[in-house]
Amino acid sequence: MKNFSGKVLFLDRSDINTDEIIPARYLTEISKEALKPYLLEDLNLEELIPGQDVDGKSIIITRANFGCGSSREHAPWALEVNGINLVIAESFARIFRQNMFNCGMMAVELPPETIEHIFTVFGGRETFVETDFKESKFTIKTQGKKEDIFYSISDFDRALVKAGGWLEYADSKY
Amino acid sequence: MGKTIAEKIFDSHRVDSPSEDIHVLNLDAAFCHEITTPIAINNLVSKGKDRVFDPLKIKAVIDHVTPAKDSNTAMQGKILRDWARRHDIKDFFDIGRNGVCHAIFPEKGFVRPGFTIIMGDSHTCTHGAFGAFAAGIGTTDLEVGILKGVCVFHTPVTIKINIAGRMPEGVYAKDVILSIIGRIGVNGATNKIIEFAGPVVDKMDMEERMTLCNMAVEAGATCGICNPDMTTVKYLWEFIKDEYSTKKAALEAFEKYAADSDALYDDVIECDVNNLEPQVTFGYKPDNVKPVKEMEGTPIDQVYIGSCTNGRINDLRVAAKILKGRKISNLVRGIVSPATPKIYSQAMEEGIIKIFMDAGFCVTNPTCGACLGMSNGVLADGEVCASTTNRNFNGRMGKGGMVYLMSPATAAASAIAGHITNSELYKG
Ligand code: SF4
Repeated sequence: MKNFSGKVLFLDRSDINTDEIIPARYLTEISKEALKPYLLEDLNLEELIPGQDVDGKSIIITRANFGCGSSREHAPWALEVNGINLVIAESFARIFRQNMFNCGMMAVELPPETIEHIFTVFGGRETFVETDFKESKFTIKTQGKKEDIFYSISDFDRALVKAGGWLEYADSKY
Repeated sequence: MGKTIAEKIFDSHRVDSPSEDIHVLNLDAAFCHEITTPIAINNLVSKGKDRVFDPLKIKAVIDHVTPAKDSNTAMQGKILRDWARRHDIKDFFDIGRNGVCHAIFPEKGFVRPGFTIIMGDSHTCTHGAFGAFAAGIGTTDLEVGILKGVCVFHTPVTIKINIAGRMPEGVYAKDVILSIIGRIGVNGATNKIIEFAGPVVDKMDMEERMTLCNMAVEAGATCGICNPDMTTVKYLWEFIKDEYSTKKAALEAFEKYAADSDALYDDVIECDVNNLEPQVTFGYKPDNVKPVKEMEGTPIDQVYIGSCTNGRINDLRVAAKILKGRKISNLVRGIVSPATPKIYSQAMEEGIIKIFMDAGFCVTNPTCGACLGMSNGVLADGEVCASTTNRNFNGRMGKGGMVYLMSPATAAASAIAGHITNSELYKG
């Protein structure tokens, strides 16, 4: 199973699309690793310096409809090769969400109020998330503050994460 | 309760249902080309899983950029070629024997009614013309398909489109599907299956059905699908004559996959072609569709006849009939790309290639080429192409270029006129 704990990168915007996650001009690459330097290259967000701010982060917390646009699987790959295996958002584009679990990664939805609360309390600070996969629980921490938040994913998605992705799941099962 | 075509295929191929609404199906075929497969191959290699579930059920072709145009595309071809050799994939089609995937695989008899097929290509839906469930998928799904011969799908929700009436002269399958997409929109069938039925579809040949199903994805559909019938049997007969004693026996076997009359649909759309006129797209979405006469006179720089939508022999025949004894406008560059070597040589035998050349067309080898703007006719910024392909997205045929989608007849007529025009103008 992949690692789902670590430092948070906050992306305070809805509708971040796959072109912003990984621009189409890099789709001719024939390895996942080659995508590493280009994650979020075209995302224009105040106070975000793509190459630099991604460094050392393991989790993205963002708003609604993350991963909309083209169905390219390069989007989760670009996250994965940067060590980001977990995105927490209000909602996801369907194919992006499916691609994440297919890769053994997690795309977890939390209610808008909870996301708003997280941004208010933790946004802009150095924040860590610890994931308790068995209990379906995130522990969010920053200096002097700590909160537990429970999440839910389907049994099938849970099985994919446990296996390390659809390839590993299918290889062991069929 | 009756079942749709897709429900019958799902029921006969299901190996698991790990969650409600999630169905793992056995695959009858995994098709591969050199753009999306190499990265799947590399991922499998890096995970120590460089295996294939069944080399006989994997079919591969280099078709998108062929001959290779640069080092990157040469490497993509090489990865696919080496992999096919390594795993003894016999049905691998390289230059000289290659053609557009969705034209060459049916032509070789690889698609049968009731089959489940995946490919890392959105127009895989074309093969639904045979009464197969054929879907475009992403890289991880392709990796699993190659490795294990299974794929996972949601419950197949089906929209039925009943096509009735008499096709007016000069109106083709392409016009029918363009008008349907114009009507239901680019999201009209998102994540659903479109079953094409009714007397017009029953009368269509396999090529026309492939044109219909090919563009189902432009309305968001996972797959377009037609009932298998005697037309399907006749098309496939040379490949199946050892398996069935008579055509009637084959039909009986295939009809197991035809939709039941009391099947349950998400929606049923009635479509009448009696007054249908030739259609053309405008703008950058395939549902921006108008009758050709409303676009009459729109200037064009290039005409492209080819692709998995309309690069088959009948498409070339229709265009050649209009071009015969005529010259294309000096303002226009004409490119025709027969979709497979078989189509190419048949067109040569019938004198069609000569008609195209005499008219001033450039005839290319079978390839996707200009369709996706990677080679063989890329547009310059600001240029416009009248095209028989299936996508008019911004920049599809080259950055800053614009694509008008239409039938081969309209494309041929427009090449002569030098602007978009109705093929009626060049009758007889
Ligand atoms: S001809 Fe065009 S649409 Fe068809 S497979 Fe090739 S690139 Fe895709």
